[in-house]
Amino acid sequence: MSASHGCLAQFSSVPALLAAVRQLRMDGYTRLEAYTPFAVEGLAEALGPVRDRIPLLMLLGGLLGGVGTLALQWYAAVIDYPVDVGGRPDASWPAFIPAALEMTILCAALAGVVGMLVGNGLPRLNHPLFNSERFEAASRDGFFVLLRADDPRYEIDRVLHDIEVLDPVHVEQVLP
Amino acid sequence: MSAPVLLGNPTLASVTDQVSDIVLQRPTGRVWLLSFALALAFTGLLGAGIGYLLVKGVGIWGLDMPVAWAFAIADYVWWIAIGMAGTFISAALYLARQEWRTSLNRYAEAMTVFAVSVSGIFPILHLGRPWFFYWLAPYPDRMGVWPQWRSSLLWDFFAILAYLIVSILYFYVGLIPDLASLRDRARTRGRQVFYGLLALGWRGEARHWARFETLSLLLAGLAVPLVFSVHSMVALDFSEALLPGWHSTIFPPFFVAGALFSGFAMVLVLGIPLRRFYGLGNVITERHIDNLAKMMLAAGLFVDYSYLSEIFTAFYSGDPYDIAMTMQRFTGAYAWVFWTTIACNVVAIQALWWPRLRHHHGVLFALGIVVLVGMWFERLMLIVSSLYRDFLPSSWGMFYPTLWDLAFLFGSIGLFFALFLLFVRVLPLVSMFELRKLVHRHGGVAA
Repeated sequence: MSASHGCLAQFSSVPALLAAVRQLRMDGYTRLEAYTPFAVEGLAEALGPVRDRIPLLMLLGGLLGGVGTLALQWYAAVIDYPVDVGGRPDASWPAFIPAALEMTILCAALAGVVGMLVGNGLPRLNHPLFNSERFEAASRDGFFVLLRADDPRYEIDRVLHDIEVLDPVHVEQVLP
Repeated sequence: MSAPVLLGNPTLASVTDQVSDIVLQRPTGRVWLLSFALALAFTGLLGAGIGYLLVKGVGIWGLDMPVAWAFAIADYVWWIAIGMAGTFISAALYLARQEWRTSLNRYAEAMTVFAVSVSGIFPILHLGRPWFFYWLAPYPDRMGVWPQWRSSLLWDFFAILAYLIVSILYFYVGLIPDLASLRDRARTRGRQVFYGLLALGWRGEARHWARFETLSLLLAGLAVPLVFSVHSMVALDFSEALLPGWHSTIFPPFFVAGALFSGFAMVLVLGIPLRRFYGLGNVITERHIDNLAKMMLAAGLFVDYSYLSEIFTAFYSGDPYDIAMTMQRFTGAYAWVFWTTIACNVVAIQALWWPRLRHHHGVLFALGIVVLVGMWFERLMLIVSSLYRDFLPSSWGMFYPTLWDLAFLFGSIGLFFALFLLFVRVLPLVSMFELRKLVHRHGGVAA
C-alpha cells in the first residue's frame, strides 16, 4: 500500500486541463484521471481508450424485455390458459405488441442505468479524493487531474516536476 | 437573433451558487409554508376520501351504469397527460439540441414524476377492489389464471408501470451530478450525509461523464417513443370499445396532442411563479416563457384540428349513432361541458398569437389555468357524452358527481402540489451541470 492515493493538480480552464492531460500522456503516464464540473468533449478520449458498453447493454436489455414479454404472453395465452374470446386466435400477436413494447423500453432503460452505475464503480460511499478540501470545486468550477500512485511511472519528485511545468493552479497529494 | 438563453454574465460558479443556494441557503419562506399547508390540507382530503372509499366502495362516487367511467378516469387521463410534456421537453428537445430546454427540464421532469404518480391512484381505486390491483400483473398465482392480454386495460397497466419507472430513472440519473454539487456545498452534517447518499459517490471523472452522456442520450431516445406510446395506450382504452365517439382511429394522436397541450400549460403555470419567487429571471428568461407559450399554442392547434376532424368524420360517415352522439355533444344534457371545452381549448388560446400577450406573464399564467381546466372538461366530455347515450335508449342514463368526486379531484391537485413544493425545497430546480455546460459552450457569456 503506497503512502498516497496520488497527486491532484487543479487547472484554471478546460483548455489548460486538456493540454495538461495530453502532455502527461506524452510523458508516459497511464493511470490518469480527470475531474470536471461538466462533461468536456474529447477529455475521456484524451485520457485513453474508453470502454463504453452501455449501448450494447441497453440493446440486450431491450431485446430481453421485448422478446421475453412476447414469450410470456404466448405461453400464458396459448399453452397455460387459453381463453376463447369470440373465436379470436389464442396467439393474438398484434394485441401482444403493446405490453412487449413498454417492457422493451423499461428493460432497456433499467439495463442502461445499471450499466452506467456499474461501469463507473458507483454507488460508492467514500473515496480518497473526498479527503481533499479543494476537490469540492470539481462539482462547481474546478478542473482537476489526478496522477494515481499505482502508475508505473509514479515517483513523487518526477511527478511534481512534470506537473509544475504545466502551470497548475494548485497541487497536492491525496491521502489513501 | 433570438433573445438570450441566459442573462447577465453567468460563470460556472455563479450558476452553481445561484441554484444550489435556493436549496442550501435560502430560508423556508412564509409563502412556501402557507402553500405547503394548503396543499397538505387537500392531500388530507384525498386521504380521507381514499379511506372512505376502501370502506364503502366506489359507490361514494357519482358513477353508475351506464356512466361507469366518470371523474375517476377523467382525473386519471388528465394527470398522466400533464406528465407527458415534462418528458417531451426533457427528451425530445434534448435530441433536437434546443439549448433553451436546459433551464426547464429539471422541474418539468419533476412535474412528470409527480403527475404520473398521482394519476396511478385513480385507475387502481376505480377497480372496485383496489387491494387486488396486482392481479393485473402476470405472475404465477395459485388460481392458475393469467391476465387477459388482448385487453387495453392490461396494456394500460404496462404503459403506466413502464412510464412511471422510466420517468423516475430519467429524473434521478439527471440529478446525480447535481446531488454531488449539493453534497460538496452543504455545510451541515445532516445535509452532507443526505445528499452524499443520494449522489452515490459521483465525482465527475471524465470517463464517468462519457458513460453518463451516452446514457442520457439513449434514455432520451427511448423516452420520446415512450411518451407517444403511453398516451396512445390511454387512448386505446377508449377506442378499443365500440361506443360512438370512442371507436375511432384518430384517438391515439388526438390524445397525445392533448397531453402535450395540457402539459405545456402546467409547465407555464409552475414556471411563472417559480421564476418570480426564486429570482430565476436570468435563467428562465422571456425567451423560455415565449417558447413555452408558442409550444402550447401549437399543441392546442393540433387538438383543435382533432375536434374538427371528429365532427367532420361523424357527419361524413353517415353513421346515425355517430351523428346522434355529436349532436348530443352540441345540444344534449352535457352541452355546457362541450362548450366550456371549446371556449377554453379553441377560443381562449387564440390570444397567444399576439406577441404582446405572450410576454405578459399574468395573462400566460391565467391562460395556462384555462387550458388545464379546458383539458379536464374535454376528458369528462369524451367520457360522459359517449356513455350516457349509447345505442339503446333503454340503457340511457345521467351522471351526477358527488362531493367525493370533487374531493378526489381537488385532493389529487393538493397531493401533486405538496410533492412539488417538497421538490422545490429539497432538490435543485434547474440542472446545474447542464447550465455549466451551456455557460462553457458560450465561453462564459451565454448568448
